[in-house]
Amino acid sequence: MKRSPVFLVSILCFGFAFLYIPILSMIVYSFNASRLATVWGGFSTKWYVSLLSNEAVINALVLSLQIAVVSATIATILGTMAGIALARFTKFRGRTLFSGLVTAPLIMPEVITGISMLIFFILMADWIGWPGQRGFTTITLAHITFCMVFVTTVVSARMVQTDRAIEEAAMDLGSRPWQVMFDITLPVISPAIVSGWLLAFTISLDDVVISSFVTGPGSTTLPLLVWSKVKLGVTPDINALATLMIVTVGIGVAAAGIILHRSEKRRLAEERLAFRNND
Amino acid sequence: MARGRFARWFDNRGWTLLLIGAPYVWLVILFLLPFLIVVAMSVATNTPTAPPFSFGGDHPWINLEPFTRVLTDGLYLRAFLTSILNAFVAMVLCLLIGYPMALGLTRVSKSWRTILLMLVILPFWTSFLLRVYAWMGLMGKNSWFNGLLTDFWNVLVPLDWAIRSVPMMHTNFAVVLVMVYTYLPFMILPLYASLERLDPTLDEAAMDLGSRPYQVFLDVTLPQSIPGIIAGGMLVFIPAAGELVIPSLVGNASQPMIGKIIQDEFGQARDWPMASAVAVALLVLMVVPTMIYSRYQAKAEGAK
Repeated sequence: MKRSPVFLVSILCFGFAFLYIPILSMIVYSFNASRLATVWGGFSTKWYVSLLSNEAVINALVLSLQIAVVSATIATILGTMAGIALARFTKFRGRTLFSGLVTAPLIMPEVITGISMLIFFILMADWIGWPGQRGFTTITLAHITFCMVFVTTVVSARMVQTDRAIEEAAMDLGSRPWQVMFDITLPVISPAIVSGWLLAFTISLDDVVISSFVTGPGSTTLPLLVWSKVKLGVTPDINALATLMIVTVGIGVAAAGIILHRSEKRRLAEERLAFRNND
Repeated sequence: MARGRFARWFDNRGWTLLLIGAPYVWLVILFLLPFLIVVAMSVATNTPTAPPFSFGGDHPWINLEPFTRVLTDGLYLRAFLTSILNAFVAMVLCLLIGYPMALGLTRVSKSWRTILLMLVILPFWTSFLLRVYAWMGLMGKNSWFNGLLTDFWNVLVPLDWAIRSVPMMHTNFAVVLVMVYTYLPFMILPLYASLERLDPTLDEAAMDLGSRPYQVFLDVTLPQSIPGIIAGGMLVFIPAAGELVIPSLVGNASQPMIGKIIQDEFGQARDWPMASAVAVALLVLMVVPTMIYSRYQAKAEGAK
């Protein structure tokens, strides 16, 4: 028997209304002709035009995407290494510190991460003359550091579920450790690596607080630009920007969901087939 | 097959060393070292040099003045109190909304569940800043939402109390509301994960033995979901207490939260030791609940 009491259903409706009404309102008002962002003045798409012809916005978007791609990629490599190391090497000197270092950035308040990185970069510049100027490099280094631990979490969760017997079989058949990793481990955990990269990419693309500390003159990422604009109040072109972002993400997530669903189905079908052939 | 000494060394030790070493070294240099610098900085002395600190001088090596100021100066105490209060209220509200939602998610049909879970996660993939911004649009004086609330209030209360708009922006109420909004998924997901694992036959058994539905909830469902409640609570409380963006956009500037204090001490006041001391104090405040949590988890693991 399946009970779905009226109370639970109504709170679900309320909850989703709470989550989505602000977003829907923002989308509706992005087509508002009025300059006053909160008063309806007829339909218009002029804010999209003004947004897309705004060079500062485009430059900030390009910078943000560059930082996100570079930092997500390096964070995924380092984070995957850490995830495999934690799952496969249960005993090595300094493992406690290592697992602490991998979880600490997850719970560290962003303000503290930001300020400690900034002090670090300033002191390094003072002592060894690097980094000479804060900007792309410092933001990317900071993003790699706090994105990689998210990748590690995703990857090590997946590693725990994988079957070690295949790796051991490959070792017995004469594969060298690095061959085992590239031929067996990485393909097996590839879904986790992909979702780790996507997670790192979105976290980097979305970061405001840490970027606001470690950025330098001339390096304004999109969130920093939005933050400085929004501090002054509600503006219609930000509504347009939000709508574009939500539509992009919505399509991306839906597509990813469908692809994952299909590949899962195909995998299950293949597994069934394989079992049947074994009989 | 002839293999060089390097290749043999690499297969035996080097490969492991590389896998562990690269992320290890990275985190030590770019996370641990900066963090230790902040801890050391919190007992340094503020000086008008560049960089603005020194060890020694009037205070031989260790200067505890920043910490005594954190503990005695009303400015810092009020900021800590505001942060804890806002984060705590937001956590409780997230629990009150998130728990029935998570429970509801476990009761709907499987295909609905996939869609609804996706809808819970979807806002997380969109920009955090823009979700805060969405509420700025709703809470402003001229917005339709504020108008709706104003009309509602004016219908309910006597004419004398009628208002022209609800003063929501730049209050702690606004901060808590937006925190609940942005952190609600962090509460729902761990709750859902722990509720989904529960065995529905336990509910039925309790029902068959004569429990009322609310008794089943209190005696069976709730105790088993405590790990989820604690995990969700931590995921909301910790980032909320250190929040910088939300209070800066919708909060009351005369009641700053601790994140803003750290930023101001560092940026405007150029008092690095003070900023570091406040940061360390905030961290201590975070570590205590985290320790309780991990101890509780260890105990739960041990009980199994």
